[in-house]
Amino acid sequence: MKNISLKVSLLLILGLSIVACNNDDDNTTPTPIETVTKKQVIANYAEIVFANYTKAYNDAVVLETAINAFTATPTDANFTVVKNRWKDARESYGTTEAFRFANGPIDDEDGPEGLLNAWPLDENYIDYVQGNATAGIINNIALFPVINKAVLEGLNEEGTEKNISVGYHAIEFLVWGQDLTAPSANKPGQRPYTDYVTGVAGTASNQSRRADYLKVCADLLTDHLQYLVNEWKVGGAYRTVFLALPENDALTNIYTGIATLAAAELAVERMDTALLNADQEDEHSCFSDNTHRDIALNLQGVINVYKGKYGTIDGPSLEDLVTAANATVATETNTSITDSEAKVGAILTPFDLAISGGLTSTEGAKVRVAVLQLKNLGANLIAGAAKLGLTVNNG
Amino acid sequence: MCLQFTACSKSEDEYTTPTPPDTVLLPEAMEEYSGGTSTVFNATEEAFGFASTSITSDEGSDFGVGNSFFRQSWVSAPSSTTARDGLGPYYNAISCSACHFKDGRGRPPLYQGELGHGLLLRLTTPGTDSHGSSLTDAVYGGQLQDNAILGITVKGQYNILYETFVETLSDGTVVQLQKPIYQISNLGYGPLSGNLMVSPRIATQMVGLGLLEAVSDSDILSRADSNDSNGDGISGKPNYVYDIISNSSKLGRFGWKANQPSIRQQVAAAFSGDLGITSSLFPNENCPPGVDCNSIPNGGSPEVSDITFDRIVLYSSVLSVPARRNFKEQNVLTGKQTFNTIGCTSCHIPKMQTGNNYPIAGLRNQTIRPFTDLLLHDMGTGLADNAPDFDATGTEWRTQPLWGIGLIKTVNGHTTLLHDGRARNIEEAILWHGGEALTAKNKYKELSAQQRSDLLAFINSL
Repeated sequence: MKNISLKVSLLLILGLSIVACNNDDDNTTPTPIETVTKKQVIANYAEIVFANYTKAYNDAVVLETAINAFTATPTDANFTVVKNRWKDARESYGTTEAFRFANGPIDDEDGPEGLLNAWPLDENYIDYVQGNATAGIINNIALFPVINKAVLEGLNEEGTEKNISVGYHAIEFLVWGQDLTAPSANKPGQRPYTDYVTGVAGTASNQSRRADYLKVCADLLTDHLQYLVNEWKVGGAYRTVFLALPENDALTNIYTGIATLAAAELAVERMDTALLNADQEDEHSCFSDNTHRDIALNLQGVINVYKGKYGTIDGPSLEDLVTAANATVATETNTSITDSEAKVGAILTPFDLAISGGLTSTEGAKVRVAVLQLKNLGANLIAGAAKLGLTVNNG
Repeated sequence: MCLQFTACSKSEDEYTTPTPPDTVLLPEAMEEYSGGTSTVFNATEEAFGFASTSITSDEGSDFGVGNSFFRQSWVSAPSSTTARDGLGPYYNAISCSACHFKDGRGRPPLYQGELGHGLLLRLTTPGTDSHGSSLTDAVYGGQLQDNAILGITVKGQYNILYETFVETLSDGTVVQLQKPIYQISNLGYGPLSGNLMVSPRIATQMVGLGLLEAVSDSDILSRADSNDSNGDGISGKPNYVYDIISNSSKLGRFGWKANQPSIRQQVAAAFSGDLGITSSLFPNENCPPGVDCNSIPNGGSPEVSDITFDRIVLYSSVLSVPARRNFKEQNVLTGKQTFNTIGCTSCHIPKMQTGNNYPIAGLRNQTIRPFTDLLLHDMGTGLADNAPDFDATGTEWRTQPLWGIGLIKTVNGHTTLLHDGRARNIEEAILWHGGEALTAKNKYKELSAQQRSDLLAFINSL
């Protein structure tokens, strides 16, 4: 609670509305002002990154458990559990994308980002698709007599193929299957659970190999998240490097990550690109129709970093630094955050239906409005960084 | 990266009037703005990935889409992501960014069988077609694709053996150099041509390409001296190459031998050769005789739509050049003087202007500092690929731009340079310079350890 009090008091002293500080103001009493330092903000960021990757790892472990239970006992009920656990796992991973583009271990040259979240997925490299019933590693016993962790890891390493074959979206494809219905049907992929049932009740072929593939993907997912947790834990390799960076370098990295995610990766690449292509499945979670959550969670990740909050963590933040440096920019940034949440929230669900009419459609226009708002958020973040004496570019 | 150093008689005067040691050297005004007014101030691993700030909002949207298609993987057809399928059937990499990681520079494989990091082999045979293009291998085509989609036999793979030898500098310092020898193996479709010429090519950083395209032909040609009529030992030869769109011969600017006339054609050629993605400019798959590529699922005709392709070209044209670092440091400024006095600037032209009619308005009328003349030079037999390419002979290479060179390590985690990545650092690259650049290389060898250190500090500040 100490940090909350601190923020409130700072804002009060600066004569600002405390609306910007959520609703934590109602039961706190002002304490003497303390200055939030850059060092504290950097340390709090490291806490958030560690906590968020830890949550993502824990949720991936739960997903793996559900997948192991389903493949051992392939029932419709167990299949539904897997789907729900996958969506849960995406909730905690989605906000971690705010730690990308920040010179960190997630997406450096050896980073596991591709192994976790590669998109688009080369579906027919993995399994059957409409038009090719025998496609994919699962159905190619001659080339891949065994499907195990070493085989799939080897494929990704040797080809440096940035992991067309594993990660969240591979699991998504193996669970939901291709989304072959029209956007207006509002249905995700309809893969039957019987794709995993051997014997007369089974559908497709090579069911046990499909199960092996799915289990390996779940196993690798936890491995790669564990790596990130280890990098960011107290005393972890990257956390140590990060905390030793010159303060302005660390802050620039943090800002580059969130500004790039908001204004470039999310706004342009994930939303505007899909809109301009107006291609039904040019969306990230195209099998499960869960892209709207990906978008909302990416935005939430940006907000988490800016406000220094995640779960039970509520510490010294970029917002505190900006508020102290220039209250106007801080206020404008908060307005932009609120507007971003509203405009992203106004996009029609599922996302494939929202973009299906393209830019000139009513729903497409709402997507563009959100895109422009997210660019505005990126610009506000960069303006705040400038007030801290940082030069931040977004890609 | 062909750092080209040259003997240049007119710089002798400067060479004989060294700066007094107590003089404080100053940079030129705006010297740090390598890419003109929209130079990006970023020296992180993202440094090569920023859009020029001078582009319009609509161009910014196109940049974003282009970035998506540049960075993300292409997948084999059929796929749910219909805008992004059609990979192969034969390919070297599954995305532009595999070789141009973070819009940066590729490197040779670290071990046999490591694929898709940015080194490929061009395959030609003696003679040219009606457009002047080199003839290609009758079976394998113009490039060895060392990967294929699932179920398709790979064309072949290559292995590199390195032969090492040493250069000894005049102060006794010994530098070990490595020369690659290529072996092509696991051929999937029979033997290669008996008279095959193999030219390795590394993916280069993508920054500033539109600025180079925006320099006028006449400005480039003003530095040409194909027959060395001024007797300075430096030729500067334009390559005239086939331009598909206009069906005519145009000045070549891009590629290691300046064999592509435009970013558009360079990008389309890379889609075709490197990814196996067809486009309007290159509508055909690279299909060996006896293989019916029509029976292999494709991603449409063409596989990359014109509108998407245009956006990728725009993206490739407006990646901003990172600003110089440490440009005010005395050692860097001392190194800059040496760079000039030993003759590097005869080919690595420090400064030029972009023209006033480039289609992307934000790149017009810029003072840029690319350190290239975009012309061909004989670089000697040591570097030769012995594979002619339009007007480029087997010993000629285009002067490589040096902007961004000091950030390759940050962005790409390596420091390998030259057309095949044989040089492991800038000094080795310098020592590979021969032919027209031999005199400059020899002058480098005469420098003291401090002078060499300063020179390298300067180059690393680019």
